[in-house]
Amino acid sequence: MKMSNKKALYERPLIQRINTGLMNKFGTKTEYAPVTHIDTFSVKDLITQYGSPVFVLSERTIRNTYKEANRAFKTRYPKVQFAWSYKTNYINAICNIFHQEGSWAEVVSGFEYAKALKNGVPGNRVIFNGPDKTDEDLRSAINNNSPIHIDHLDELYRLTELAEEMKKRPNVAIRVNMDTGIYPMWDRFGFNYENGQAWDAINKIILGDKLELIGLHCHIGTFMLSPSAYATAAYKLSDLALGIKQKFNKQIQYIDMGGGFASKNTLKGSYLPGEDTSPTFDQFAEAICTALLNAGFTDKDLPLLILETGRALIDEAGYLLGSVIANKRLADGRRATILDFGVNIMFTSFWYNHKISPAQEFSSYTEDTVMYGPLCMNIDVIRDHATLPPLKKDDHVVVHTVGAYNMTQWMQFIAMRPAVVLLGMDGKSHLIRKRETLENIEMNEVMPDILNTFKLS
Amino acid sequence: MNLLKNLALSDTGFVFNPATGDSFSVNPIGLDILKLLKNGKSENEIRKSLLDAYQTDKETVEKDLYDFFKMLEQLKLTEQ
Repeated sequence: MKMSNKKALYERPLIQRINTGLMNKFGTKTEYAPVTHIDTFSVKDLITQYGSPVFVLSERTIRNTYKEANRAFKTRYPKVQFAWSYKTNYINAICNIFHQEGSWAEVVSGFEYAKALKNGVPGNRVIFNGPDKTDEDLRSAINNNSPIHIDHLDELYRLTELAEEMKKRPNVAIRVNMDTGIYPMWDRFGFNYENGQAWDAINKIILGDKLELIGLHCHIGTFMLSPSAYATAAYKLSDLALGIKQKFNKQIQYIDMGGGFASKNTLKGSYLPGEDTSPTFDQFAEAICTALLNAGFTDKDLPLLILETGRALIDEAGYLLGSVIANKRLADGRRATILDFGVNIMFTSFWYNHKISPAQEFSSYTEDTVMYGPLCMNIDVIRDHATLPPLKKDDHVVVHTVGAYNMTQWMQFIAMRPAVVLLGMDGKSHLIRKRETLENIEMNEVMPDILNTFKLS
Repeated sequence: MNLLKNLALSDTGFVFNPATGDSFSVNPIGLDILKLLKNGKSENEIRKSLLDAYQTDKETVEKDLYDFFKMLEQLKLTEQ
């Protein structure tokens, strides 16, 4: 026992059984480095200023990641264009960073389409994807000369009717699904390559002569860990483009390879961390560009390569800062920590073992911990198992790699959505979405007069 | 609370139960508590010792000691 005049720093007493023969060969991962700052911003100060929890996004990481992806493709292929996937993160400030970098917009609904136009993206630079486009959406896209990516025959026929009615020639592409050797094969979107549906649709469009076929599109899956699947997809789309050239002497303007590139997150159940398993932009670029260059296009016929990758461009730039509400011991002896953010704002915790770092200094002693959110629901588990130092009430934590999908799939279930802050390259933090309030939640509710009052005994 | 009599404690926080062959690791404050228990100190005496030695408060020590003792029971390191 230390009995000097100066008292020692306190840490919760811990005891752990030492188990042998149970770990994998790499041992368990422990986050030994506290994350006190993101870029140059103090985590503690950000929480003090914007409340806890709070999403933060690093402008520097977004721009650097975009430049890295752009470089990987542009050094391998002469004509490359990125289109920012709005569904991945459609906070306007984030979209505008990508537009400043040169990205077009890629949207999958009428409201995303309106958002892109409102952000100032020219209509012919907004790619309209997705299975659900209303007549109103289609009319708007036709008037704005937006590339409309047709998902099914019903849409093709409706577009043909609208083209006649509006006396315009819409710019269209078809979405093509195909077997690229990966499982599950996404065949619910677009027209199938192998069974000839895609070629039929192409023939219908060109021979119908009401729509202008300008491109071919695919999106083979999500969180793809195999670049070679993209090479297969690029060959198959090229085959269609070359078939069109041969039969109709018509040149396709672009091949859109969609998105799906994996970020550095770690999927649940994976043996190795995402940093070690996710392919780099260079690997995806090598697979796609080599396939296109070798497909048989003449140099003047090489189509523009469009990429709609979202997750891999934004995931690493996003962090969720939060605080510890309480600690408890479960019936089986496991430590549980309750955090002030739940699955309602971190949808991706259902798919990933997100890296969570303490935001303050700690010793090297750790404990296996279950990380729960604050919701009064059993499903609210952020991490089933994390090896972390003892965290105490009001300590802060940083969740990494949350930039993709969380800020679009979140909901105000039980707890409301937090503020979103951009860590600017100008050295300032910028609030880009305010914390939600009760007024926000109730603004669309309507109370019938008969329910205005009640009496309770 | 009484620790198992034959429990071996090393100065580096390694704990060994020769009856079962189980090994455990404790952090420095955990080791302090085990040593005090081994020397027959009561819970009140341990509480006071920790308050004297560490930068903490009564409530935190109360809460954490309760949890630590429960863990010792769960790991079967105490006399029944």
